[in-house]
Amino acid sequence: MPADAQVILDRSDTLRSELGGSFRDRMVEALYQNAQRVASRSVRATGAGKWDFDQRVDRLVTSRWLGLPLMLLLLGAVFWVTILGANVPSQMLASALFAVEGAAAAWFESLGAPWWLTGFVWHGVFRGLAWVVSVMLPPMAIFFPVFTILEDLGYLPRVAFNLDWLFRRAGAHGKQALTMAMGFGCNAAGVTSTRIIDSPRERLLAILTNNFVPCNGRFPTLIMLAVIFVAASFPPAVASFAAAGAVVGVVLLGVAFTLAVSWALSRTVLSGEASAFTLELPPYRRPSFLRILYTSLIDRTIFVLGRAMLTAAPAGAVIWLLANIEVGGAGLSTHAIRALGPLGEAVGLDGVILLAYVIAIPANEIVVPTMLMCYLGGSMMMDVTTYEQIRAVLVDQHGWTLLTAVNLMLFSLLHNPCATTILTIWKETRSPRWTALGAIMPLAIAFLVCLLTAQASRLLL
Amino acid sequence: MDSPASGIADSRSALVNAAECQACPAHAQLARMGVDVAGSDHIVALAGNPNTGKSSVFNALTGLRQHVGNWSGKTVTRAEGAFALSGKRYKLVDLPGTYSLLSASQDEEISRNFLLFGQPDCTVVVTDATALERNLNLVLQVLEITDRVVVCVNLMDEAERKGLAVDVRSLSRDLGVPAVPTVARSKQGMAELVSTVAAVIDGEVKTSPLRVEHPAEVSDAIRGLAPLIEDLVPGLPNARWVALRLLDGDHRVREALLSGELAELANRQRQAAPAQSSRIRALEGAQ
Repeated sequence: MPADAQVILDRSDTLRSELGGSFRDRMVEALYQNAQRVASRSVRATGAGKWDFDQRVDRLVTSRWLGLPLMLLLLGAVFWVTILGANVPSQMLASALFAVEGAAAAWFESLGAPWWLTGFVWHGVFRGLAWVVSVMLPPMAIFFPVFTILEDLGYLPRVAFNLDWLFRRAGAHGKQALTMAMGFGCNAAGVTSTRIIDSPRERLLAILTNNFVPCNGRFPTLIMLAVIFVAASFPPAVASFAAAGAVVGVVLLGVAFTLAVSWALSRTVLSGEASAFTLELPPYRRPSFLRILYTSLIDRTIFVLGRAMLTAAPAGAVIWLLANIEVGGAGLSTHAIRALGPLGEAVGLDGVILLAYVIAIPANEIVVPTMLMCYLGGSMMMDVTTYEQIRAVLVDQHGWTLLTAVNLMLFSLLHNPCATTILTIWKETRSPRWTALGAIMPLAIAFLVCLLTAQASRLLL
Repeated sequence: MDSPASGIADSRSALVNAAECQACPAHAQLARMGVDVAGSDHIVALAGNPNTGKSSVFNALTGLRQHVGNWSGKTVTRAEGAFALSGKRYKLVDLPGTYSLLSASQDEEISRNFLLFGQPDCTVVVTDATALERNLNLVLQVLEITDRVVVCVNLMDEAERKGLAVDVRSLSRDLGVPAVPTVARSKQGMAELVSTVAAVIDGEVKTSPLRVEHPAEVSDAIRGLAPLIEDLVPGLPNARWVALRLLDGDHRVREALLSGELAELANRQRQAAPAQSSRIRALEGAQ
């Protein structure tokens, strides 16, 4: 068989050289001519349409001067609406769920259940779930539908259009802006979406840097920190704007890191030229609201929340066990926190935060719940549910400063991707080397950046 | 939201004689089967440029709610769903949206390989009525690979708003395959689309796809190469297209031919889908 195949290939090579170098052009030209002939016979213009409207809007949102500011304004508005709307439901959910925890634990005790069973089930597994639901559900239920509306309107390709020149300068593909936008939803999905990029080199760039845009597992962390620490230092009238601004700032920083790392990689291990491509700006379409609600609530919110709960339940159990299995007079978690302490301090964080990130490797969603459980675990502070109370506990009892909050936001933005994303990188690249780089490089950058800000603030302040 | 495509069929069938309806596939009940693709009788591929509402067509037919994005590259993997019509079950495979089947990016390759090796019983190419010319480039390329094609002319409402009239009958005549006007978002034309697909699969509608007219020297070269390929890979339905790819120096197709992958995939497909194997055997017998 192969011999025959070789004969055919040789014959095709001969024929190709006879046809000359312009074969591809002639073939495509023939294709286009045929398409044009058929189309011209079946399509007829009947008169004026709404064509102008689309073009006028496009001229505005992709204009050289207004394009980027308009984009930031829209992004800021999305976060602002989320922050404004999520606060109260979050607190209500937290109060309700922790009341359930207290009542259920008391009921277990009245039935004569051993302390460890009550503790494991209610103060471990259930508390983990309660934190995840109350911290994550409200922001997601607002953020996703609003973001999906922007997506459905056809705004995302305009974002790619606006950012194209930046990516090209970084030696990356303009479509990376689209895969980056997918990363806002989920980094694993973002990594998969890099398949739209033809060149393997540029595709690797997009895969390795996708992690630098915060996925929705990390947005609740960022939003909570922005509300507790940034908004709190502004007068109430502008607090929510300040918080939204802070989240936009973090996102911009993420984009800056995406570009910087792409640039650095494309000048070292992944050197080459950026390839050209055509990007279609699709017509604006009226979003169908019922479908948006369905997609964003069922497909995204419930999906992400379900995933978070699946990891939160065992994480809650692990935290409870770590805190309650005593070795040498102290719980395992105390030992772990003490061991991680010096490293945490050096980068402006602390042992608890680092432990939370170790436990949260399967899913970023559970970082804040894990942290809060470690901080509040020993005490009987069931009623720490409002943001003010959380802030008071963190600042007064655990020595948090503005630096801790800022560095936690930075660490959350830059650190290693979650296990699902790492697995996806491996699936897409099939290379242990690139997968390792995709996991370790962000972690190293996160530690380095946090170390720098910690040292700088200690020198200056 | 919940009015299935069969709603259109129902309202129409009320107007015609009930007995006629039984016989006419257009008015049979369309059952949307979601992801339950087991035991399908036929495989239908869904191809198209990005942004043509391909995913809307997929959702309207299967009752699934795959996220529809208004930008290219949304569907980067194959999505599968199923629907049933007149007691037959159809598996619908949603391919990534692509502008052509010529380049080597992964999404184009997924689409191309499926059309080549998946040998679907029918391929629906979803096109954007507001930009038909550009969309026809892909249609013509699909017609080179397979002749069981139905062209879905989607977004008819937007074309109308933009002041464009699309003569679907003329289009169908020129392309040599059926063309169906639709507005997938509001599920208009879906019933006709599925009945047309069924008619093409059953052979009630014969297609004679338009072949791209190449300059004489290119056609000669294709004619010199295609018979050799047919000898090497019996049962390959698109030797002409493979010849064209070899002349273009397509590395992927060269490799596939050299390594026997082309033959192997054609073989595997025969074994994997018993429903199709008899047809392919018949083809071999005919040669």
